[in-house]
Amino acid sequence: MPKTLFEKVWDAHAVRRLANGQTQLLVGTHLIHEVTSPQAFGMLRDLGLKVAMPHRTFATVDHIVPTDQVSEPFSDPMADAMIKELRRSCAEFGITFFDRSTGKQGIVHVVGPEQGITQPGTTIACGDSHTSTHGAFGAIAFGIGTTQIRDVLATQTMALGRLKVRRIEVSGRLRPGVYAKDVILHIICTLGVNGGTGYAYEYAGEVFDRFSMEERMTVCNMSIEGGARAGYVNPDEKTFAYLKGRPYSPRGPEWDEAVARWRGFASDPGCAYDDDVRIDAADIAPTVTWGINPGQGIPITGKVPDPARAKGPDERASIEEALAYMKLKPGAPIKGTKIDVAFLGSCTNGRLSDFQEVARFIKGRRVAPGVKAIAVPGSQGVGLLCAELGIDKIFRDAGFEWRNAGCSMCLAMNPDKLVGDQLCASSSNRNFKGRQGSPTGRTILMSPIMVAAAAVSGAVADAREVFGVKAG
Amino acid sequence: MALEKISRVAGRAVHVPGNDIDTDRIIPARYLKCVTFDGLGEFLFRDVRKNPDGSDRPHPLNDPRRKGASVLLTGANFGCGSSREHAPQALYKHGIRAVIAEGFAEIFLGNSTTLGMPCVVASREDISRIAAAVEADPATEVAVDLAAQRVSFAGKTASVSIRESARDALVNGRWDPIGELLEGAPEAKRVASRLRYIAA
Repeated sequence: MPKTLFEKVWDAHAVRRLANGQTQLLVGTHLIHEVTSPQAFGMLRDLGLKVAMPHRTFATVDHIVPTDQVSEPFSDPMADAMIKELRRSCAEFGITFFDRSTGKQGIVHVVGPEQGITQPGTTIACGDSHTSTHGAFGAIAFGIGTTQIRDVLATQTMALGRLKVRRIEVSGRLRPGVYAKDVILHIICTLGVNGGTGYAYEYAGEVFDRFSMEERMTVCNMSIEGGARAGYVNPDEKTFAYLKGRPYSPRGPEWDEAVARWRGFASDPGCAYDDDVRIDAADIAPTVTWGINPGQGIPITGKVPDPARAKGPDERASIEEALAYMKLKPGAPIKGTKIDVAFLGSCTNGRLSDFQEVARFIKGRRVAPGVKAIAVPGSQGVGLLCAELGIDKIFRDAGFEWRNAGCSMCLAMNPDKLVGDQLCASSSNRNFKGRQGSPTGRTILMSPIMVAAAAVSGAVADAREVFGVKAG
Repeated sequence: MALEKISRVAGRAVHVPGNDIDTDRIIPARYLKCVTFDGLGEFLFRDVRKNPDGSDRPHPLNDPRRKGASVLLTGANFGCGSSREHAPQALYKHGIRAVIAEGFAEIFLGNSTTLGMPCVVASREDISRIAAAVEADPATEVAVDLAAQRVSFAGKTASVSIRESARDALVNGRWDPIGELLEGAPEAKRVASRLRYIAA
């Protein structure tokens, strides 16, 4: 019987059925970072257990690292304690740690693919909801809690109920100035922030066929913002080309064997899906959020919703709450909303192609007066490539602060934070209340190019107009 | 490791209305800087409960009448966002032992179950009825019966649902799966040996 990629990967990793009906699932690759793992290591020690497969466990440090301080100890003693704790645990249990001194450190969802650890047909777990990113390679990858990190450390398995699969096909061609970020924001706005609960999303269609690996990662990354715990794209030649020659990729005769195996994981023609959604690429505009969750978005040409026109009391209440927090006026165009900060980076949009694309447009431009603009490579590797290509200089010349790798202002567990009710044009993934570090800070999510347009305009802007992108 | 069989949770309740209450709301990221979960209860809903100067804002959890409440009533898609277990841990450490909502985000639901904190789904109307009873008399006992999938309050009842795997795990005292997973370790090794990328 024809099967989906999800079914094939699940079946290959299913160990046994547990008493409550869940599956004991083998986790082939376990990625850890400093925020959600220390308590798990503590539980492991309390139980007197060892790490079952240290060679399949990889650590990095991302959330708490300051992006403007290289020396240690960090000025924040708690952040310093967290990185030391991770070093200690990795040394104690024999886990590879891509520490800052290795040149391989970065956001866990940038590092995994970059190192070739993320591979098709594998299961990947990490104590971070954006683990869905790795699905771009045809892996089944999901975020887990700390107790589950303990489970994976101790047994390399976890208890999980099987997900349903929804195929989301985006057909046709994207219009000029429309990017992967717009595609996923559009999908979330269409299906809702909880529309994916219980599902893995399989992204397919011409748009995904044409997408680079990094674009696929941007989309898979935000699956969880639509409620889907996992999202994936079937592996193809682009996947294999991306992985070839990376540090953890198979080499020599093993490479060809691996590619043949990987190919076999792609969903079979004629396989059955639990649900099917079709989206026309031409319907997707550069999309920006106006509210306090990623599903509250509109095309850049659109207007902030009016609670008076809401479909029901629920929608009205949620619009009112969002507008009160965002300090936006009902019915006002979103374009022209003044910004204070522009943030380019994160596990969603902190990869080489993101900076390359923006660099094309900001060369010779200047960040508007009064706007703080920061660009944060997703990994030391991305930072290095940008430096080799002179991209960091283009950003600096344009008035951006060019930082060291980390999660930075996406969630502000480090010194990069909004202050007061500052409004930030952000390439990150969440616009929740307080997300960027100030209890009243405001976030508008958008693509990197739109962040750049906002940075140079001092206000939310249509990148197509600002940078003269021709309409197709 | 014998775990408590959790088939009934009863206590006073607190209603925190709203849909899509995310994990950053439940516990803002800046309070995740810790290496243990101890003391997280203090930061529960921090940014909506406290002013920046530390003084209280109006919030159900600051209401003295709700002090000691162990059942949380809330809206749809509760716990969306991050996978941080800090969110259910903060609730648990604050004293919450069961959550009744219109719906839950996937990862939050799993994390809560593993702590032995049942997450049950009720209709909006029933949540409003329970909230009204609690509003009228803060001492109202709200009892969640997982076996019968029913909530009793002020002499009334409402039906609730819970994911079957979670219900089974809670009522049979196997909500922490570590024991079972360890039992399956030899079999896991066999499965791993068949997978090239793990065996290599």
